[in-house]
This record gives sequence, C-alpha cells and structure tokens, in this order.
Amino acid sequence: MTATTVGPALLHAGLNLDHASREEAAQVQSDVFGFWVFLMSDAVVFALLFALFGTSLEATAGGPDLAGVVKLGPAFIETMLLLASSFSFGMGSVMLKRGAKPRLMKHFRPAVLWLALTWVLGVAFLGMEVNDFATMAREGATPDRSFFLSAFSVLVGTHGMHVLIGIIWMPVLLLQLAAGGLDRPLKVNMIRLSLFWHFLDIVWIAIFSVVYLQGALR
Amino acid sequence: MTSPTIERGEVRGILLGYGLALLLTLSAFGLVVFHLLTRRQAFYTVLGLGLVQMLVHFRFFLHIDFRRNSRPDLQLLLFSTLIVALMVGGTLVVLFNLHGRMM
Repeated sequence: MTATTVGPALLHAGLNLDHASREEAAQVQSDVFGFWVFLMSDAVVFALLFALFGTSLEATAGGPDLAGVVKLGPAFIETMLLLASSFSFGMGSVMLKRGAKPRLMKHFRPAVLWLALTWVLGVAFLGMEVNDFATMAREGATPDRSFFLSAFSVLVGTHGMHVLIGIIWMPVLLLQLAAGGLDRPLKVNMIRLSLFWHFLDIVWIAIFSVVYLQGALR
Repeated sequence: MTSPTIERGEVRGILLGYGLALLLTLSAFGLVVFHLLTRRQAFYTVLGLGLVQMLVHFRFFLHIDFRRNSRPDLQLLLFSTLIVALMVGGTLVVLFNLHGRMM
C-alpha cells in the first residue's frame, strides 16, 4: 500500500511517506496535529500578552513610554534575521526529504547546512534582543519600573524564550540525525520543530507591527 | 526519495513566500520610516500588512491550504482565531471601559 491512497504527499519538514503504510502516514498526521494543538494554545498565550500590552500603553508611571524604549534600527535587523531563518529552515526541510537511504549521511549535507544557517541566524537574533534589553536597562527602563515596561518585557521576553528553546532543540535533533539517521520519530520531531520555528516568526510579525512600528509612530 | 521536479516546486514555493514576506515587511517599515501616511493611516496599514504577511507565512512556510489533508489543521487554526478574537477583544473592551470610568 502506498501513500497515494491517503491523498497528496504531506509537505511538512523531512516527511517522506512514499513507502510508508497507510497506518504510518495516519499516525504521523495525528502526531503533527497534536503539535498544532499545542501551538494554538501557545498562540492564545501570546494573544493575551498582546492584549495586556495594549492596555498598558498609558500606564508608564512617569517612566519611559513606548516611543522612548523602541529602537527601530535593531528591530528591523532582528526582523530580517528571523525572516531569513524561517526561509533557511524551509529550505532545510525540503533538503531533508532527499535522504533516500537513511544511513547515507552525505544525502543530508545540504539539509544540515541550511539548518546550521538557521541556528546561526536564530542565535544572532537572540543576541541582538538581549542587547536591546541591556540597553534599556542602562537607560533605566527595567521591567519593575512600570506596568507598561512589565507588559513590554513579558511580551517580547516570552517570544525570546521560545526562540531560545528552538535554539537548544535544533542541535539536539541534528545530533540525533548524525547518530541514528532519519528514522520516523526524528522525522516527526523535525516537523514539530519546523512548525514551532515558523510559528515564532509569525508571532514576531505581530510584535514588530504592534510593538515596534507602533512605537515609532507615536 | 522525492523527485527533483517535486523538490524544485517546493523550493519555488519557499522562495515565493520569502519574496512576498520581504516585500510586506519592507513596505511596513518603509511606511513608518519615511512618514508616507498620516500616523493613524500608517498604524492601520501596518496592521493590515502584518495580517497579510501572517497569511503568507501560513500558506508558504506552514503549508496550510484548502487541500484535504491540511483541512483539520485549518479548522483548528480558524477555531483558535475565534477564541483569540473573543479573549483579546473582551480583554480590551473590559479594561478600556474600566480605564474610562476611573478617569
């Protein structure tokens, strides 16, 4: 039985179901759907942090306001870094499907290079964000200064923490790839990580639109 | 093993998505940096561009479309959007209302 009986081939990362049974394909789909449910619950968390941020804009307690803490230059570079990392993860996902014989590591070289590039871009993004917070702290804009600064730090910081988790997760999966080839559990985990990473870029779109560009407009 | 034709098609999709996302991001930042609109207009245009870019990412990077096997993901996504709209909308209405009464 081939995967053609379950419709078009799945497009997610590294998924190669050409020779998989119908049961296996269904299992992978349900595993991935479970991760979608997690991502959507995470989206609710972010959405409420945005709501909190929106209601905190005037609550500066005499401290710096949004226009005062937002720096558009670094925000623009961070946006470009994260967008490029989403692109390179997408390329890595496609290249991952080349692994015809899971043990032949040379098939995975392009995928590993794209994923390594993704990791470097993610680290650069996080480094810039940490630097932003350090600059704010030097200017006296620490989270304990006002409700506004707490809400700002929690919103942007939660996204940063997610990126950090992705940065830890990625080399773990690459080590597993090097150690045991691309078996089914690793394929599913690669799909989960790719969904996670692309999801974080979508959250960042909301952050640069609502936080940074709004701040620059004030 | 995916065939080279399928792979080329997938790479083209990712490149297209990246191109569109870059275009939308640059428009949003350009609008703000070069003061092309009034503040109010620019604010709503930036929100609109952001929403369109989210759709681009969902379509080209997360592969959500109207095909049969992404239908459950799409339905989950739409339901979550409803929940988010209710919770965020409700929060904003209640808190701004309270704020107004306390002034």
